Amino acid sequence: MPHTQPQIPICPAALAKLLRLTPLVPVSLSLTACSRRIANRHPGLFRRLGEHSRKRFILDPADLPVVLCLEPNGGQPKVRALRGRSEGDARISGPLAALLGLVHGTYDGDALFFARDLVIEGDTAAALALRNAVDDAELDLSQEIAAMSAPFSRFLLRAVAYAQRRTGVSLARPEEEAAW
Amino acid sequence: MVMEIVCPAGTPAALRAAVKAGAHTVYCGFNDETNARNFPGLNFDRAEMREGVGFAHDHGSKALVAINTFPRAGDQVLWHHAIDDAAQSGADAVILADPGLLKYAARNHPGLRLHLSVQAAAANADIINFYACTFGVKRVVLPRVLSVPEIAAINAEAEVETEVFVFGGLCVMAEGRCSLSSYATGLSPNMNGVCSPASHVEYRDENGALDAKLGGFTIHRAAKNEPAPYPTLCKGCFSAGSQTGHLFEDPVSLNAEQLIPQLKEAGVTALKIEGRQRSKSYVAQVVRNFRAAVDALEAGQPLPQGMLARLSEGQAVTTGAYKKTWR
Repeated sequence: MPHTQPQIPICPAALAKLLRLTPLVPVSLSLTACSRRIANRHPGLFRRLGEHSRKRFILDPADLPVVLCLEPNGGQPKVRALRGRSEGDARISGPLAALLGLVHGTYDGDALFFARDLVIEGDTAAALALRNAVDDAELDLSQEIAAMSAPFSRFLLRAVAYAQRRTGVSLARPEEEAAW
Repeated sequence: MVMEIVCPAGTPAALRAAVKAGAHTVYCGFNDETNARNFPGLNFDRAEMREGVGFAHDHGSKALVAINTFPRAGDQVLWHHAIDDAAQSGADAVILADPGLLKYAARNHPGLRLHLSVQAAAANADIINFYACTFGVKRVVLPRVLSVPEIAAINAEAEVETEVFVFGGLCVMAEGRCSLSSYATGLSPNMNGVCSPASHVEYRDENGALDAKLGGFTIHRAAKNEPAPYPTLCKGCFSAGSQTGHLFEDPVSLNAEQLIPQLKEAGVTALKIEGRQRSKSYVAQVVRNFRAAVDALEAGQPLPQGMLARLSEGQAVTTGAYKKTWR
């Protein structure tokens, strides 16, 4: 783990362009299925949200032409990929790599915020609760998606590892350093 | 003897990260008003506390439970239960500030080690010895307003161990008695456990500048490329007449890493890292850094140069009052 936050990679323009043409309904269904799996495997994440577990969060990868609307629904989450400005209780914006790095614990949320790599709007308490709950859950999105993709999971994990090495984007939870 | 590194754990994941990164000791709190980091999504329920203390012990670390707010009249039972449950969880000590709670703990849990929280603002040897004699306090966390020579003077007379902050948020107020945040939000850091509660914080983009507001008051405006601060009143940038500036202190963090040898010389037992509200990534980085520093000191080697500024509020650090010249 680095001692300082590295430069945040920006999503290539070609990928952003591709997303402009991608139908969002299947993306939303896949993301919702993934979030439900996470809810089953990490119930503590939604417990930690407490009074904010029924708020609506807009996750805005600033380098992509879509936003994600996350509704935890008290542990029955729903995720929608949307184009254009969407309203929610709290909005967390930043490069996709920063948002993924937060999920995987690669980056410190406050440090990203102090450096203006991350922008919080709306209900700050809800955004903070989500950040803290996700930080505690020790998620690995690549493992979650791979588990849903059998029999291709092994191939998928290899592809994720390759993409992570090439792009510097945190696509999986980093391996833990040896204990002191 | 190696100086003890006392590390923050806002969540069970952060506790595990701190322990694996080399924390001699971790400190944490219950998820209610009994601790001074009562932020949404943070802290431990009772089962998590038992597991967390067990994890620390299994890895050779100690675990302290901060119950360092002041009970409201008629509501003491919440704080009493917190002390009972901390004792039951196997915690190595509780960190208390309120004399009534110290008395409760000493009377009902005579085997439980007591530390005096920085929230008690005990800043001279007489009051420290009073807490030691009256309640059996074994360690005092000193306020962040003392210079190194003042700490040495206290240690020369104090009958207990002292612990000082070396990294993280810098509070220069009489801790436990500051009402600035209460004035702006109606919620007290000392009784509700939240200084500048997130529920009263709002960020607004004003043509590229970022306005940080607390309870409706604009505390700071950061220009487009300036670091963003968390809006605490004591670190706010205010305008009065034709002048604009930071009235109490700049939005910077404490980093006393290079003063560790002097602090050891001054008789300090333990070094505290602030930041239970920070992520496990932050905790792991800071703890590794400080563990390496105290181990280097013990081995007679030069201290490693810190690389932690970017993690800090305002992306700038200070040695705070330890090297103050203003008084």
